[in-house]
Amino acid sequence: MGKIGRYGEYGGQYVPETVMNAVHELEEAYEKYKNDPQFVAELKALYRDYANRPSMLYYAEKMTQDLGGAKIYIKREDLNHTGAHKINNVLGQVLLAKKMGKKRIIAETGAGQHGVATATVCALFGLECEVYMGAEDTRRQSLNVYRMNLLGAKVNAVDSGTATLKDAINEAMRDWCSNIDTTFYCIGSVMGPHPYPEMVRDFQKIISEEIREQLMQKEGRLPDCVIACVGGGSNAMGAFYDFIKDGSVRLVGAEAAGKGVDTDKHAATMARGSLGIFHGMKSLFLQNEYGQIDGVYSISAGLDYPGIGPEHAYLRSIGRADYVSITDEQAVCAFEYLSKTEGIIPAIESAHAVAAAMEIAPKMGKDQILVINLSGRGDKDVYSVARYREVDINEE
Amino acid sequence: MKNRIDVCFEELKKQNKKALITFVTAGDPDMETTEKCVLGMFENGADIVELGVPFSDPIAEGPTIQKASLRSLKAGTTLDKIFELVCSLRKKTDKPLLLMMYINTIFKYGTEKFFSLCQANSIDGVIVPDLPFEERDEIKDTADKYGIYCINLVAPTSHERVRTIAKESKGFLYVVSSLGVTGTRSNITTDFNTLLAPLKDEDITCPACIGFGISNPEQAAKMSSYCDGAIVGSAIVNIIAEYGQNSAEKVGEFVRSLKDAM
Repeated sequence: MGKIGRYGEYGGQYVPETVMNAVHELEEAYEKYKNDPQFVAELKALYRDYANRPSMLYYAEKMTQDLGGAKIYIKREDLNHTGAHKINNVLGQVLLAKKMGKKRIIAETGAGQHGVATATVCALFGLECEVYMGAEDTRRQSLNVYRMNLLGAKVNAVDSGTATLKDAINEAMRDWCSNIDTTFYCIGSVMGPHPYPEMVRDFQKIISEEIREQLMQKEGRLPDCVIACVGGGSNAMGAFYDFIKDGSVRLVGAEAAGKGVDTDKHAATMARGSLGIFHGMKSLFLQNEYGQIDGVYSISAGLDYPGIGPEHAYLRSIGRADYVSITDEQAVCAFEYLSKTEGIIPAIESAHAVAAAMEIAPKMGKDQILVINLSGRGDKDVYSVARYREVDINEE
Repeated sequence: MKNRIDVCFEELKKQNKKALITFVTAGDPDMETTEKCVLGMFENGADIVELGVPFSDPIAEGPTIQKASLRSLKAGTTLDKIFELVCSLRKKTDKPLLLMMYINTIFKYGTEKFFSLCQANSIDGVIVPDLPFEERDEIKDTADKYGIYCINLVAPTSHERVRTIAKESKGFLYVVSSLGVTGTRSNITTDFNTLLAPLKDEDITCPACIGFGISNPEQAAKMSSYCDGAIVGSAIVNIIAEYGQNSAEKVGEFVRSLKDAM
């Protein structure tokens, strides 16, 4: 039996029989279209004309001077249409769904960014869209719920379990099993059964390809370090992928430590997780001794996931990427720091990467280059940061 | 020793009868009630019982079994306690017992340790809905070593896979009646004659039973007419949700009504 979709021991296709033929159908379709000149050209045009790619690579001069170490560049995925890297993947998957003749798209969402991106592209392509979102997250990110509704999508608040991202994925998988003939499941991260981790990474790898090209133009060399936040890990895989082959480029993922990795309120899968099989993949998960999946916590709804994509687990196992844990407090400080220093309000998810950079950059030489992948913009997080700082900004 | 599932189907075949397979979530609402319900189901005509091992994130289950899993976990159910329950049940019954569970429960517990304990406690088979045929190597060799059957599933979407999967199946083939998750359904519309046509081939000897959505005696009779038996879960779990610790008698009556109709 062929071990397809594996990264070392990680990955695989652990899904119910009902969806196996659909998974194979998707594999075949993806293999067929990924190198199809017309598909590639259509996607490229959408990236350029609709999503606003390439995203800028910005030299953060003030931050560089203030931290006094490596030269810091910021990859501005926050300037993409819909405000995050998620659109790269969704344009790819929904274009593929359309080629496959699917009429209905479902998605899960944590912070709401993937849901908004999916609702956006479905509006563009005239497809029916339903988004599953943890009830807890619909409260934290009510603005994004309204945004999805505006775009014509139906948002289902999921009450089961911990009412966050993992439960939204459970419910989306149940929907997929029930409506497999008509429905395409647009997974938002480098997770789930093969071919999703590979396909989502391929649709996101444009981030690292652009960083390479842009930095070559500006500096004539590769970066020494690339930092990105990780929940499931799609923006990080996108920012890392093209550099994996370049051993001199240090790759760092910043995961959510919530109130601290020694408390029971974090989402630090790399720091505290163990090998398991869940949501279609073998990877690292936060779970108890009986394999019950832990409830996780982070101020960031987008990093609030008890697992991580299998390729990240693999990159760490071979020592190619490092993963650090960033607390809510560090992330909020970085959120405020980047806003004040560079006039860029980062998504609270991306603020985890900024916080990691604030630790790492000062320890690097002035002749070195560090790139932060700023995966999203922070408009959606202003309320929750204000709440965290105990500032009341509610009108009336 | 011969697997009890094989013995069961051979007996049923001799009597020209269909199998009734019933399901309860272990530890819902507590282990004592589960034990009473299992024994009551056997007394009232169940041929095989599946014990559901509760999982925090049961993606193949509808709301009924999701809630039962949650009740059971809240009551403190663990895999070790389920083995204790099986050990106790084995003093009172020699009928086939299966565990229905998610792959992470086996994997995290340790595949070797898990199947050795299944053997020690006389479990006859496991059903793992999130372990498809392609990933069977995850547990197959270890299960074989300890003589535990891994029950394969096919679904209405399986088409040409039915034959391949059935050919390698042991115990019985679990035929998922409809698209979607577990839970009672008023109507099952799958064309079983087409779906299960490959099972008529001579080289396929494994019996097949239909489950998912069977909620009343009429459906049990109709579904088992297409194959070798019917599997009923959520309809029983609904009774337990309603009657709690006093459900054994009601569950027994319901199982009797299913068996009488088949």
